[in-house]
Formats: sequence, structure tokens, C-alpha cells
Amino acid sequence: MDMTASGTDAAVRIRGLRKTYGGVAAVDGIDLDIARGETFALLGPNGAGKSTTVEILEGYRLRTAGEVSVLGIDPAHGDLDWKARLGIVLQSATESGVYTVREQLTHFGRFFADPRDVDEVIAAVGLQEKAGTRISKLSGGQRRRVDVALGIIGRPELLFLDEPTTGFDPEARREFWNLIRGLKAEGTTILLTTHYLDEAAQLGDRAGIILGGRLVDVGGVDELGGREARVPIVRWRDRSGVTREVRTEAPAELVASVARELGGEPAGLEVIRPSLEDIYLQLVRAAEAETRDDEEALA
Amino acid sequence: MSETTTTTTAAAHAARGSHGRATRPGMLRIGASRIAYEIKGYFRSPDAVFFTFLFPIIMLGIFTAAFSAAGDIQPGPGAEGISVGAYYLPGMLAAGMLLSGVQNLAVDIATEKGDGTLKRLGGTPLSPVSYFLGKIGQVFVTAVLQAGLLLLVSATLFGIALPATTDAWLTFAWVFVLGVATSALLGIALSALPRSGKSATAVVIPIVLVLQFISGVYLRFNILPEWMQNLASVFPLKWMAQGMRAAFLPDDFKVLEQNQEWDLGWVAIALVAWLVIGLVISRLTFRWIRRDA
Repeated sequence: MDMTASGTDAAVRIRGLRKTYGGVAAVDGIDLDIARGETFALLGPNGAGKSTTVEILEGYRLRTAGEVSVLGIDPAHGDLDWKARLGIVLQSATESGVYTVREQLTHFGRFFADPRDVDEVIAAVGLQEKAGTRISKLSGGQRRRVDVALGIIGRPELLFLDEPTTGFDPEARREFWNLIRGLKAEGTTILLTTHYLDEAAQLGDRAGIILGGRLVDVGGVDELGGREARVPIVRWRDRSGVTREVRTEAPAELVASVARELGGEPAGLEVIRPSLEDIYLQLVRAAEAETRDDEEALA
Repeated sequence: MSETTTTTTAAAHAARGSHGRATRPGMLRIGASRIAYEIKGYFRSPDAVFFTFLFPIIMLGIFTAAFSAAGDIQPGPGAEGISVGAYYLPGMLAAGMLLSGVQNLAVDIATEKGDGTLKRLGGTPLSPVSYFLGKIGQVFVTAVLQAGLLLLVSATLFGIALPATTDAWLTFAWVFVLGVATSALLGIALSALPRSGKSATAVVIPIVLVLQFISGVYLRFNILPEWMQNLASVFPLKWMAQGMRAAFLPDDFKVLEQNQEWDLGWVAIALVAWLVIGLVISRLTFRWIRRDA
């Protein structure tokens, strides 16, 4: 499996990354390249090593072994000029929020050489009506939008988004996705970690799945899991009421033949194209089964 | 976003050169904007305003009212006395310095560590130098306002006569500046102690409170047992209060001090020593986040 994008112009380059806590590996040998301008979605259950990996890239944690380069710099030695090129949206911050949205963005903008226009950013995250409201008075979803706004105020080359839409209503998520597409169109490289597989499918150019500290699959969001995992499923009930399920590359043909055979509409007919979520869950289950087998083999 | 945005980005990139340097605002400029930001945040936090800003003023009000019938305090039998309020004013000024620095910053920074503020800042190009300029600047501005208000209220509401000599005000000025600086650095140092943001007040306030009781803020220092006086002398608050008494009390009162002298030299030495200790601990312990907890 080729886990690396081509070219020397990678925004993120990871080789053999390991992070252990007291001998236990949270990240256990990851290789990955993220190209400039790419949106990469990192998926995986809680505790799989997702956050640890991202925090190493952000400079918050030190690695145990391996090579890491983020925008050409080792994050363990990243200086302020390097940080000025990043935008980091962390998971849930719970600051007291005594500043208004506009005050907070204006203040954070001052750290940068060429910040975005504050009102433009407020509009981009859809908080125009809350611009003068203290952050503590906002709803969870609105606070999250402030987090995103603070992440992009400095015009980052590389944006880290950790579970950005937790607590958003469906409409706010759609708006957020449009915002991210806009940043992408400007050439921003984005590393997204999310629990929402549809979000990864909507935004990601490529996605990677981390399980047990290892990257078990990397590919385009429409290639992940391989061809086999994406074979459509046709499901119907036969004459005796038993549910039949067949995987086929030619679902229309199968449905036609089933209909001919039954001499009418098949009951409970469904044609299912596995979503990224289905594929993800298959991979997670397969990996869990493998670990169990390994453990049994050891025992 | 728009075409203009693209152009300005290109221009900024050109100005920055290949290393992204040059046009990012300097540490001092960002520090100055941090000071304004921190002061605004301070006055919007009811806890900070009540327990650090107004507290000494309220305490002086209570002391003045409670002991108004107790008569004057005299340095010795037959000597000319001063009102209870006038006697306690220097102690309250010292308490204000301690609260504005130690209590305020230790709780504030520990809370910021706990609620993700520091982690967020650590992911931006904000220099720790600018961050601390903001904190220390906030302490100075709020401490000056607090002392000003305390003196104003003392002179107007409580009828306390303020010193008339330049010498006394000069003593007040250097003790105040040195004491506030020491307090601010000790506050930063102490912020490393609470294990979480939620426990910050529970860890910090008892320390500060005990110091105030043994250092001659709420209880007259000369009536404390000698061992307690000696214990208090290890810590900086006793010296701040002593310096303030030197500035505000009539000279006769120096007989009530441990050495029957104001010992301003020792005040300076003790405060500078604690300033250095605070600086060293702050430098050694401060992290935006616990990098590998």
C-alpha cells in the first residue's frame, strides 16, 4: 500500500512516527505525506492515536521516535515564525469567555503579520449577529465557530481541525463545510480529524484510518477500503420471506433478473452502495477481530 | 475569499521573504496589546474585582467601623496616637499588593492552564515574553488603581490623614513598585502549584490568607508572638507591610517594629530576594501546556 503522496513539496511528512507512554505505544509506526493544498481527513476511534499524532504535528507533544516535518520544520523545534504559519483548532476549549467575538478575533489577529479582516472572518463563520456578544454567552456550536475563526484569523498555510463541527446543527455544518471549501480553494492545506464520516467524505481529498496506533489504510475518500469493500449490496425478500443479500458489481442486472424470477416487484428491495462510514466500520471490526486472534494466539 | 485578499497575501509573502519574518509585530507591541486585553478581562471577572481589587478597601472599611470606638493606637504610654483606620491603612496597601500580584496571577494563570487558554495561545505566534508583559502590566495597572482608590477612600470617607512629606511618598513609591513586581512574579511562580484550574483558588487563597494574618495586615504585628514574627519575616508580605508602615505611620511608631527601626534596607533586600526567587521559579516551571503528561 502506498501511504505517501509524491513530491518533495509535502506540507506534512511523517516517517516511522512512534510515541510511547510508559512502554505502551500510542502511536506505533506511522508514515504519511500530506501534499500542499490537500485536505486530509484522519479517522479512527477514540484512543486509536489520532489526537497524539496531531498534537505531535502541532508541536504540543514530543515524539519518541521517527521523523516529522511540518511545513519544512521539525515541530519539536518550531519557533514563533513557524507557528505563525499554522492555524490550530483544538478540541473543546472552555475559556471563561469574557471577551466579545470581535474583541477576541481582533486581539488574536495582532499576533500575525498579515491577519485576515476581522469582519470578513466573522461573516465567514456566520457570527455577524453575535460579533458584539461575549463568548461566554454563546451556544456550544457558536463557540465552536469562534474556535474555527481564531484558527483562520492568521491566514494559515496549514490548518488543523480537531473535531470542528461537534455540537453543530445540520445547517451550521453545511455552512461550515462551505467555509472549509473556501479555504481549500485559497490553497490552505487542511488536516481534519473527525468522528463524522460524512464530513470526511464531503471535505477530504484523501483520508487515513488510524487503529491501534497504526495507519491501517490511506487513500482517496472514494477509494478507501479498496474496490472490494465498495461493491454494492442488493437486498430483497424471496418468496418464503427470507432476506437475501448479494454483493455485485452489476446491481441493476441482478435486480432485473430477481424481478423476472419473482414475476413482479421484489419485496423490501434495497440497493446499497457502502458509504465511507460502512467501510470504516468494516475496517474497525476487522482490526478488532485481528487483535482478538493475535491475543488468542498468544494465550 | 476575495481577489483583494489574494493580492495582500502575495504582497505579505513578498514582504516576509522566504522565512516568514520581518512584518510580524514585535514582542513589546504585542505585549502592550496584551496589557490592555488583560485589564479588560480583569475588570470583567466579578471574582477578581471583588476578591483582589475591592477586598482591601472593604476590609479597611470594616476595621474602621468595627474599632471606631476602641480609641487611638499609640506607639507607647502617653505618646500621641493615631486612629485604627490610619494604623491599618499601610497593612491594607500591602495586602492589596499581595492580592493583585500573588493571588490574582496564581489563580488566573492556573485557571488559564486548566481551561485551555494557554494551550490555545501556545499554538499561536504569541511569545511568552508578551504574555507575561501582559500579566505583569495588568498587575501594575490594577494595583495602582487599587492603591489610588484605597488612599482616596481613606482620605475622604475614613478621615485618615495621609503623609505630607516627599520622603514618605518616595518610600511609598519604591516599596510599592518593588513589592508589586515581586508579588507579580511570585504569582506566576505559584500558578505552577495547583494541579488543576478548579483547585486553583483552593490552593492559593489559604496561602495568601495565612500570610496576611501572620504578617501584620489584619493583626497588629507587634502583638504577635516572636516565633510568628520570625516566621513571617521569611515571607515577603511582612516586609511590604513594614515598608508601608514606614511611609504612612508617624516616625514614633518604629519602636513597635521588631528592631525598633523601620529597617528599610532589609525591606529592600527581602523583596529583591523574593523577586529573584519568583523569577527563577517562573522561568523554570512555566509551560504553555504540560508537554508530556
